[in-house]
Amino acid sequence: MKTLFRSFAALCLLLAWHASALAALNIFATLPEWAALAQEIGGDKVKVFAATQALQDPHHVEARPSLIARARNADLVVAGGADLEVGWLPVILRESGNSRIQPGSPGYFEAASQVQMLEIPGRLDRADGDVHAQGNPHVHTDPRNIIKVGEALTKRMAELAPADAAAFQANWRAFSEKWRTALTRWEKSLASLKGQPVAVQHKNFTYLVAWLGLKEVATLEPKPGVEPSAAYLGKLVSQTASQKPRLVMRAAYDSPRPAEWFGNEAKVAVAVLPYTVGGSEQAKDLISLFDDTAERLLKSAK
Amino acid sequence: MNPFRLTLAALALAAAFPAAQAADNDLKALREEIARMRESYEKRIDKLEQRLALAENTAGKAETTASQAEAAARAASQRPSSENAFNPGISLILSGMATKLKVDPNANPYRITGFVPSMGEVAPPPRSFSIGESELVVAANVDHTFRGYMALALPPEEGAAPQVEEGYIQTLGLDNGLSLKAGRFLSGLGYMNEQHAHAWDFSDAPLAYKAFFGNQLRGDGVQLKWLAPTETFLEFGVEAGRGGAFPSTDRNKNGFQTGTLFAHVGGDVGISHSWRAGLSFMRTAPKDREYADVDAAGTATANRFSGRSKTWVADAVWKWAPSGNSSERNLKLQGEYFRRTESGTLWTDAAACLLPGCQGDFSSRQSGWYGQAVYQFMPHWRVGYRYDRLSTASLTNGLATNPASGLTAADFPVLADHKPKRNSLMVDWSPSEFSRLRFQVARDESRLGLPDNQIWLHYIVSLGSHGAHKF
Repeated sequence: MKTLFRSFAALCLLLAWHASALAALNIFATLPEWAALAQEIGGDKVKVFAATQALQDPHHVEARPSLIARARNADLVVAGGADLEVGWLPVILRESGNSRIQPGSPGYFEAASQVQMLEIPGRLDRADGDVHAQGNPHVHTDPRNIIKVGEALTKRMAELAPADAAAFQANWRAFSEKWRTALTRWEKSLASLKGQPVAVQHKNFTYLVAWLGLKEVATLEPKPGVEPSAAYLGKLVSQTASQKPRLVMRAAYDSPRPAEWFGNEAKVAVAVLPYTVGGSEQAKDLISLFDDTAERLLKSAK
Repeated sequence: MNPFRLTLAALALAAAFPAAQAADNDLKALREEIARMRESYEKRIDKLEQRLALAENTAGKAETTASQAEAAARAASQRPSSENAFNPGISLILSGMATKLKVDPNANPYRITGFVPSMGEVAPPPRSFSIGESELVVAANVDHTFRGYMALALPPEEGAAPQVEEGYIQTLGLDNGLSLKAGRFLSGLGYMNEQHAHAWDFSDAPLAYKAFFGNQLRGDGVQLKWLAPTETFLEFGVEAGRGGAFPSTDRNKNGFQTGTLFAHVGGDVGISHSWRAGLSFMRTAPKDREYADVDAAGTATANRFSGRSKTWVADAVWKWAPSGNSSERNLKLQGEYFRRTESGTLWTDAAACLLPGCQGDFSSRQSGWYGQAVYQFMPHWRVGYRYDRLSTASLTNGLATNPASGLTAADFPVLADHKPKRNSLMVDWSPSEFSRLRFQVARDESRLGLPDNQIWLHYIVSLGSHGAHKF
């Protein structure tokens, strides 16, 4: 009994040591893009965990035990928000036994609340498919939104770890400068696409389309989150015949079939965009994500 | 040359020249006219352009004003303007089915032979069309400390009262990985026990859950869970409360009447695999737990048991999805093993009993398991197979073995030796995460000598707020 008690005490000490060893700000990001942003701001002063990766559909993620375990020790949850993670994040937060990261507390950050939302539905009805009451949640596909979110996130991280605030701000300044230069570069190289008709598979590039001033003439999904039938795609092909899209976009995680089918039938190039960090071999961080996206768009629009 | 011809030519020339001169003058006038017109049009166009720019400017301003107004309106609409703004999340689960059963459920009421009836609604639904229990779930944060949750089951039978399936409060963050629940809740034991029926992969519970917990173990009490601060999921839980539902009974005494311990461990292997395993133990002491039977003469009898009941559950689940993207394809393997020992006293009111008080020692050691695989082979479509097995390692019924009692095993047909088993196969289609249509066939050999073929066509839908499901 005594030995049992001793080993239990030793275990407790070990766990306490383990906890103190992780003194750096522990960030749980639901999506790879926000994990990458938090890493840019935090540098070596933070420990970032990305709950999902680029090939996962962010709407449909399982509340895996490993995620609950990670959330338990997190100081900050960086979520996409606008109900993107509604099917899994609430369970993880509830099961985590961690009051710091509950919605409403400083340790809970939502990217969607930092930017101007698009496609806020006029009516809410599940018959309209997977609609989000607060608007389209895929905000990071407009690089200008990265700046807005980054500014707010830097502020939040500085609040949570005042000792590292200066480092966060310096990191952010350096990154946002680099970002602005890159932004001009992307806007210049993609200027030729302005006003061009395009098709998208799922409504996950709405912000990109708005940023580049593209003209979205078709969405392959009849309703958000509803897979199109061949008959529906066939109808789209004839509907877009008069205004043929220059390209059809889909995210790396989207099912390849609809875009491929449409591309073949309508003789339109398919642009498989990385969508987020890790979505292609080239998209290693946020800057290379947009570099690769721009490159793929230009290549497909040729 | 003929002088006449010469004159003619001269005349013609003379006639032609002034004409050419006149044309030249006309062209000049025309050019001037055009230049004048161009000038005036240019002026007009300039004016128009100016007006257009002005109009555009105004329109832009109007647009800005409009978008500002929109933003303001949005902000206003987002602002909680009435008490309704604090309405809890409400969702309603509807289910209905058409069933075809080979065995007449009225002539042969459903019972798992060899196992004390668990009193739950374990029987298959009636033949033909029926609706299942509709479930109303209301949940919200109570305040900064608690969250409240209630699931109300509305039975389809005429006049049946709604039942509180679950109704509890839960702490919103006790920190250090602790969470506390109080009220009526589904026990954290095993894997499937905490899942509501609408989230099951098959239309009915595994035989082991039916036999050992009457579908699911639930009770009134408290639950404390602790999540270890490790990167591997490691969770411990303890529950204690009033014994209400099978296998316990309400003992009408103060304090705790039943207790459960459980531990779960889980993690990922690469990005495509994740798993969870657990071990649980439940202990209770039922008093006068009744069940109905028929004696050797065919007369209905009432039996009751008092004693101790312990159940162990080992559970494991493994999920695979290529690159973690479960919306395309995924596989789920799941299995649980149950082992229950009971010892105590059994009473019966069988008329043939010769003993005063008619009681005898009773003990049993029984086990059961199920294993199932569910494969989503393309978006929205899944197939699944489940195997169920129950067995009795030992069962000692003092009343049947004691010659002085005048009773034999034939007076306890429910406890007859039998190894129930069942094979189930299902295909389901989920057009969205809110609806599911399922076709299920099963060969159910849970009744001795009465194998049943069951066919289900089942819909399950959920309305209202978006529920988040556990792993």
